[in-house]
Amino acid sequence: MNAAVLAQLKIETPGGSGSCVADNGFCPEWIADNLDRYWTPLLEHVFLTIVPVAIGFVIALGLAVLAHRRRWLTGPIVTITGIFFAIPSVAAFFLLQPLTGLGYTTAMVALVSYTLLIIFRNITNGLRNVPAETRDAALGQGLTDRQLLTRVEFPMAVPEIMAGLRIATSTTVGLAALAVFAGAGGLGSEILTDRYFKSNVVVAGGLAVLLAAVLDLALLGLQRVLTPWQRARA
Amino acid sequence: MTTNTADTSGPNANPTPAATLEFRHVQKVYPGSGQPAIQDLSLEICAGEICVLVGPSGCGKTTAMRMVNRMIDLSDGDILLDGRSVRDRAPAELRREIGYAIQQIGLFPHQTIAENITTVPKLLGWSKDRQRARVTELLELIGLDAEMASRYPAQLSGGQRQRVGVARALAADPPLMLMDEPFGAVDPIARARLQNEFLRLQAQLRKTIVFVTHDIDEAIKMGDKIAVLKTGGVLAQYATPAELLMYPADKFVEDFVGADRALKRLALQRVRDIDLWKAALVRVGEPVAQARAKLADADLPIAMLVDAENRPQGWLSDRAFTGERVTAEVRSPAEPVADLDDVLRDALSDLLSTETRYGAVLDARGAMAGVLSLEVIQHFLHAAPAEARSGAELVSE
Repeated sequence: MNAAVLAQLKIETPGGSGSCVADNGFCPEWIADNLDRYWTPLLEHVFLTIVPVAIGFVIALGLAVLAHRRRWLTGPIVTITGIFFAIPSVAAFFLLQPLTGLGYTTAMVALVSYTLLIIFRNITNGLRNVPAETRDAALGQGLTDRQLLTRVEFPMAVPEIMAGLRIATSTTVGLAALAVFAGAGGLGSEILTDRYFKSNVVVAGGLAVLLAAVLDLALLGLQRVLTPWQRARA
Repeated sequence: MTTNTADTSGPNANPTPAATLEFRHVQKVYPGSGQPAIQDLSLEICAGEICVLVGPSGCGKTTAMRMVNRMIDLSDGDILLDGRSVRDRAPAELRREIGYAIQQIGLFPHQTIAENITTVPKLLGWSKDRQRARVTELLELIGLDAEMASRYPAQLSGGQRQRVGVARALAADPPLMLMDEPFGAVDPIARARLQNEFLRLQAQLRKTIVFVTHDIDEAIKMGDKIAVLKTGGVLAQYATPAELLMYPADKFVEDFVGADRALKRLALQRVRDIDLWKAALVRVGEPVAQARAKLADADLPIAMLVDAENRPQGWLSDRAFTGERVTAEVRSPAEPVADLDDVLRDALSDLLSTETRYGAVLDARGAMAGVLSLEVIQHFLHAAPAEARSGAELVSE
C-alpha cells in the first residue's frame, strides 16, 4: 500500500529522487536537473512584460502629448486609465475572454491597460515640471511649439518618464504571472501546475523576481545614458 | 567693417548691422482687464544704442519689450524693426533674428554650454563647423574657458550662467537684442562686473538693445537713452542719462531718479571732463619771486611742490618762500590724488574723506594735470550737460 503510493508519487515527479521531492521540499539537486524546463516560460514572461510596457508607453505618450496641448483632457484621461488600473487583474483576464478569447491577446489588452495610468502620469508630470523660464527662453529664441516639446520638454522629462517605465515594468512582471488565467503562459503557469512543490514555486517565483530586477537595472542604465546632465554637478 | 564674404571666412566675419526699432502708438490690453497695460506708447530707438526701459513694477516695461518679438501680441499700434512691422512676421522666425536674454536666464539644463549657445544657430541650420567656431569665439568674448563648452549649466556659477545667457542671445549675431533684467539674478558685485563686461562688449558690437530694469542706477549706467515709464506704459521721459538727471520732466521722474541725482551725474563723468583748476607748480631751488608770480597766476592760493617730472611732492607752506629760493617746506602731503580717468564721483568721495580742500589730478605719467576742488565740481554741476558721457563710453575707454 505504502509502496504503491510512493511509486505513484515518483511517477508524478519525474526526474526526482529521494524523499525531498516526495515531501514537496526545496531540492537543489532537482532544481539543477530541471532548470531547462523553465526556459520557455521565462521567455514567455519576458515577452508578456516588455511588449505590454512598450505598447503602453506608445499609447500613454500619445495621450500625454494630447493632454499637453489640451489641458482639459488630462482629467478625463486620468479617470479612465485610473479605472483600468483599479480593475483586479484576474477579473480583467476573465472578463476579456468572451471578447478576445484565451491567449496572448487577452493578456496583452489587460496588461497594457494597467501600464497606462502610471506611464501617462509620469510623462505628464515630467513635461509640466519644466520651469516656466526654460520654456520662455526656448520660445523667445524662436523654437516652435513642436521643437519646444521635442528638444526641451521631452529631454528634460526623461528622468520622470524613466521612473514611470520602471514602476510599470516591475508591476507588469508581477501581473504577467497571472496571465496564466488568460491562457497566455509565462512563469505563472509553471507555478500553477505544481503549486505545492516548493522547489518549483521557488524557482519560478525567483525567476520572476530576477527578471524584474534585471529589467529595472536595464532601464536605470538606459536612463543614465540618456541623462548625462543629471550627474553633472559643480 | 568687412565686406560681404558670406560665412566661409569665419563664424561671424560679416556682422549684421544694428537695426532701428520704432514703437508706434503701441497699445496692449490684456483680456479681462479694464485698464490697458500699455495705453499709447511711441518710441524710436536708434541703431546701435542701448535703450533702457525703466519704471516701477506694473509700468508695462516688460510687456513693451516682449511685444517686440511677439512673445506678447500687440492689441493696437505697431512695432517696426528696421522699418518692417513685426506683425507681418511669423513669430518663431522673427524671434530667431532677435537676441533674447532674461533674468532667470532659462538655460537648458540637459544641454551643454556649447549646445545652449548654439540654440539659434541650430535653428537657422548653420553647419556644425560654423557652430563650433562660433562657440569658441563667444566663450572668449564673455571670458569663459574653452573647456566650459562641454559642461552643463548646473556646473557653472551664477555669474557664469548669466554670461552664457548673454552669449546665447548673441549667438546668431542678431541686429537687435532684448534683455529683461539680464544681470538681476546675481549679487551686486558680480552684477557690477557683468554690467561693465557687457558695456565693453557693446562698445565693440554696437547692437541695438532694449534693456529692461527697475533699477534707475542700472538704467543710468547702461543706457544711451532711458525711457522712464509710468503705470499704463505712459512715457514720462525719454532722454539721455545726463538729461534725465539734469532736467527731470516732472515730479514723477524726479522722484524716480532719486534725491541724489547730482551725485548720479558725477558717476557719469570722468575727472578729465571738467575744467580743473590750475595750480602753481614749484620746484625746490626756484627763485621765490618766480614762484610768487606763478602763485598769482594760479586758481588757488597755495603752491604744489613738484619734482623734475612735475610729479607732486606736497603742498608748500608759506615758510618755503621766506628765503631767496624756494625750500622744501611742505605743509601737507599731496593727498588725495586722482587720475584724469577716474570717475568724478569717486574723486569727490576721496576729496570729502580727507581734510584738504584740493585734490591733485595726475595724468597717465603721474605728472600734475590740474587740481580738483569742491568748487570746481559745484561749478560743473550747474553748467549745461553738454558732454555727458554714456555708461558705455565710460567703461569702454
